Amino acid sequence: MENVVPIKIQILTIIASLIFSFFVSRLIIKGKLREEYAIFWFFSTIILIVFSIWRNGLEVMATILGVFEAPNLVFTAAIFAILVYLLHLSVVISKLHDGNKNLNQEIALLKQKLKEIEKGNS
Amino acid sequence: MHRLAVVIPAYNEAKSITNVVESLNKMDYGDNISIQVIVVNDCSTDNTATVISALNCVSLMLPSNLGIGGAVQTGYRYAFNNNFDWAVQVDGDGQHPAHELKKLIDTMLNENADVVIGSRFLKKEGFQSSLMRRVGINYFKTLIRFLCGITITDATSGFRLFNKKTLELVNDYYPDEYPEPESVVYFTLHHLKIVEIPVSMDRRKDGTSSIGRFASVYFMLKVTLAVLFTFLKFRFSPKTLKDGKCSTH
Repeated sequence: MENVVPIKIQILTIIASLIFSFFVSRLIIKGKLREEYAIFWFFSTIILIVFSIWRNGLEVMATILGVFEAPNLVFTAAIFAILVYLLHLSVVISKLHDGNKNLNQEIALLKQKLKEIEKGNS
Repeated sequence: MHRLAVVIPAYNEAKSITNVVESLNKMDYGDNISIQVIVVNDCSTDNTATVISALNCVSLMLPSNLGIGGAVQTGYRYAFNNNFDWAVQVDGDGQHPAHELKKLIDTMLNENADVVIGSRFLKKEGFQSSLMRRVGINYFKTLIRFLCGITITDATSGFRLFNKKTLELVNDYYPDEYPEPESVVYFTLHHLKIVEIPVSMDRRKDGTSSIGRFASVYFMLKVTLAVLFTFLKFRFSPKTLKDGKCSTH
């Protein structure tokens, strides 16, 4: 077969992707990763495993999409996915920031109210 | 009788805050005005908290640092929840003299305004800020005039008086960081009547500006973006109602 990935590197990538997916699942099970974020990582590991087992997958995908150099497909796809995910994280952070601000303000206002009530009682 | 909330955002202002609060409380604002000073301690690292709890004022203690916009909004929310008629922002460093507040109040009464802004540049009196600051402020003036068709000579002035209608808007949304120029756009897009009057301000006595030298480039960029996005956001869908035409007066 022409253009075959050497068996050594294939075993290595399979092992690496399996370890990665093991860690992701462990984080989900332990509740350290919320499901909505877990989905992304779950799919990433599946893709990694699929392409490390399916030796010619990359070449096939590149031909289908009209990419001349298969590795370029990897970089383009990976960078795009990372950008999208970073944007998603920025949105999440902005939401947290807003919630955090509201909580802070609410606490300050409630503390003041409590002080007034305590003063009224004594 | 008008109840006025004087909101003072304070971050590490232990040295100057006592004077500011006392001079505000001492002033006579006329028979129909009763004031309540509200100090918002934005999680200061010095002893601002202990200093203000000894003063004659309502003290709001934020559990973590929110920045000027978030802090001052806390005060406005307090004012709104407690049914104050008006609220004014006064800086904790003594830049805004208590006797100038009277001018803002008179303008509010006479001009039927929604927002009264005290400007350093209408009449060139008092501390005029540094040259670089003035260049920046002129830039904002041009930007706001281009977007909203109104001229605000001192868009970065924090010395501003709101009526209840404005308070309701501010209770709903107020920018976090460097809120002044952005909120001018926010107000005009909601058809509020903004009136600017000349006031003189003092040089800050203690503490440092919220905008350092290295932060000024970031400040210009951030505020320009914020102004543009606020314009786009509320131009086509204002919070209250109607089309988002800028009001003119």
